[in-house]
Amino acid sequence: MKLKNLLWATTLVIVPGLAAADTVLRIGLQQEPTSLDPTSDATASIDGMLTHNVFESLTTADESGAIHPRLAKSWTISEDGTTYIFELEQGVLFHDGTSFDAEDVVFSFNRAMAEESVNPSKSIFKPIDSVNAIASHKVEIKLSAPNAFFLFNISRGDASIVGVESVEENKTNPVGTGPFTFASWTRGDRLVLAKNAQHRDADNIQLDGVEFRFIADAAAATAALMAEEIDIFPGFPAPELMDQFEADPRFSTSVGSTQGEVVLALNNSKEPFSNLEVRKAITHSINRGDIIDGAMYGRAVPISSFYPPHGESHVDLSHVMPFDLAKATALFEDTGLAGSELSLRVPPFPYATRSGEIIQAQLAQAGVTVNLETVEWGFWIDEVFKQKNYDMTIIAHTSPNDLGNFARGPDYYYGYDSAEFNEIFAALSTETNVAMRHDLTVEAQTFLAENAPAVFLFQLPRLSVFRSGVEGFWQSASVLYQPLAGVTMKDASQ
Amino acid sequence: MSSIRFNICIGGALVAVMSVAALLSVVWTPYDHTVLNVANKFAGPSGSYWLGTDQLGRDQFTLLMIGARTSISMAILAVGLGAIAGTCLGVAAAAIGGLVEDAIMRLADFTIAFPAILVAIMLAAAYGPSLSTTIIAIASISLPTFTRVSRAAARQVWTQEYTVAARAGGRSLSAITWNHVLPNIQAVLLVQATIDIATAILAEAALSYLGLGVQPPDQSWGRMLADAQTLIYLAPSLAILPGLCMVASVMGFALLGDGLRDLNDPKLRNETR
Repeated sequence: MKLKNLLWATTLVIVPGLAAADTVLRIGLQQEPTSLDPTSDATASIDGMLTHNVFESLTTADESGAIHPRLAKSWTISEDGTTYIFELEQGVLFHDGTSFDAEDVVFSFNRAMAEESVNPSKSIFKPIDSVNAIASHKVEIKLSAPNAFFLFNISRGDASIVGVESVEENKTNPVGTGPFTFASWTRGDRLVLAKNAQHRDADNIQLDGVEFRFIADAAAATAALMAEEIDIFPGFPAPELMDQFEADPRFSTSVGSTQGEVVLALNNSKEPFSNLEVRKAITHSINRGDIIDGAMYGRAVPISSFYPPHGESHVDLSHVMPFDLAKATALFEDTGLAGSELSLRVPPFPYATRSGEIIQAQLAQAGVTVNLETVEWGFWIDEVFKQKNYDMTIIAHTSPNDLGNFARGPDYYYGYDSAEFNEIFAALSTETNVAMRHDLTVEAQTFLAENAPAVFLFQLPRLSVFRSGVEGFWQSASVLYQPLAGVTMKDASQ
Repeated sequence: MSSIRFNICIGGALVAVMSVAALLSVVWTPYDHTVLNVANKFAGPSGSYWLGTDQLGRDQFTLLMIGARTSISMAILAVGLGAIAGTCLGVAAAAIGGLVEDAIMRLADFTIAFPAILVAIMLAAAYGPSLSTTIIAIASISLPTFTRVSRAAARQVWTQEYTVAARAGGRSLSAITWNHVLPNIQAVLLVQATIDIATAILAEAALSYLGLGVQPPDQSWGRMLADAQTLIYLAPSLAILPGLCMVASVMGFALLGDGLRDLNDPKLRNETR
């Protein structure tokens, strides 16, 4: 009798377990956005969740950064490199049932290019002269000059193709053409996507759904992984725990690269940071080795300029402004800054708060007091990024090919405006000759290392912890997005 | 008698140890807690680092001393602030009575119903997390308690013959409060303060743990605990030691408060005599 009861109990436990074994991939994410529209908000996690999953662009990139067709089936480029003709996919539907055609492309581009556009990467649309529909599924885009990054740039979430009918609601109810439809967003908790059975490539979508769980806290993320409440945590925030997961047979780990340069950004638009000597003093105070060791447990590569070390045009500039406490102290004395107080406002991500604490101690050694303040992400976006109300901050710039950030002029949050650099970058972005582009990229890196508009700290690694059986997730991130249609998942318990 | 004495002795000893560590840290610590030595992280206990070093190579013993200073000074400041404001309101309510008393007491009820963490989050959102924000938030926990306790005790004093005589003699309300009421309720207030300090230490640790309390490079046990959270497998002592310090100091103040209260209670005192 007792045995029978026990058997019953076991069955009852097992049955719901089987029922729950569907293919919903549960992804842990640190950063919850405040909006879901990648064409109007700079938050990287919007692209991470929605770009090429809910939204699609004309082109897409793979893990290595190579370009592939997406909503554009194919394209031709004119001899002079300024006119692109895109042949679009036929029969594509937006998730709200409206059809996709050349007019949507024209609308999306014109909206991003408009004077009053709030697109977070408006600069990638600057080279475009005009966008015209020349047939129902054919678009012609004319550039003012040849542009080396054009096909890559229009694969980004900033260039998502949005529907005329649905664009107004994308902030809370995103509607695109992608392999997944937006199902729900419980703020502070999760965002759910469902498989789009109407998609033109629906047979190749392996997952029935995707759940993004927002877990900012490293300890909570660990607990969620250990309890197998999430299947994968890309961008895992606690490097100190990678060894532990490595040793656990239920999990696999990977350390990939990202396009994220972590910088100590300085507000160049105001005193004392407008003074190069002060920026030099701060840079010389920073011991990158200790920051990487203390904040990232050795799992990061130091940078001396704004270009990823794994990039093909990278040049080692660590000799330009190395850690030199005596020099830093002397420079702070000379500029009259010794003994003064500066504020450092950091977003609530472990790489930033931990680096902040170490930088505070390092600047204290050089004779400057730093008031460290950890602020909420929404507050950071608004006060630091938009209002430029800060002295110093720490942030990872995860966009690819973003040297141009320092050519964005005084309105961008660095408040940096250098005619010389603007010129270098203008030449770089219109140069299509590979060798010339390499030289210009090196010149741009060198300029930034020598003028220190920010202190370049380290390249953000992409630490991922995933349940054994999850496959197809990118190790490295050459772009902000992660297409999920090709990800497969075997239930480890089966 | 023995249990009262036991409480006071153990409580007093714990409080004394923590207070000495806190006071000593003002003039001396083994190392400077603002200087990092990352190359020397997670060092084990040794002659030069009695309790080892943390994830940034700082001496753990130094950090615990600084933590004691933060916890105890913040708790005393916050409870002191709450006690002064709360007692003023409480004795005023007892002295004036009527509608004023009702208003003050309803206000106290309202404040008690408001969690301190919520107050602290509101203050931190408005003014940024800082030492003063934390102190005000914690003071707001003990303020209504003192209002209630002092009013109840003061009302009792007001029914005594000597206060009635003073009233009849034409003394003003404030003079009687100052000369007769306060001296007679001060023991009760002292006991309440000791007990509240234990609560305040916990509240400060909770706020710092959430990142709303003291900011780096200042240290507090709550912050140390938060930092050690993901290191629990790697270096468990980083979480255990600040935890033990919290337990010891909270228990110390609580036992001391309990013992003092029992000592003050004439019923208990007479029974055991």
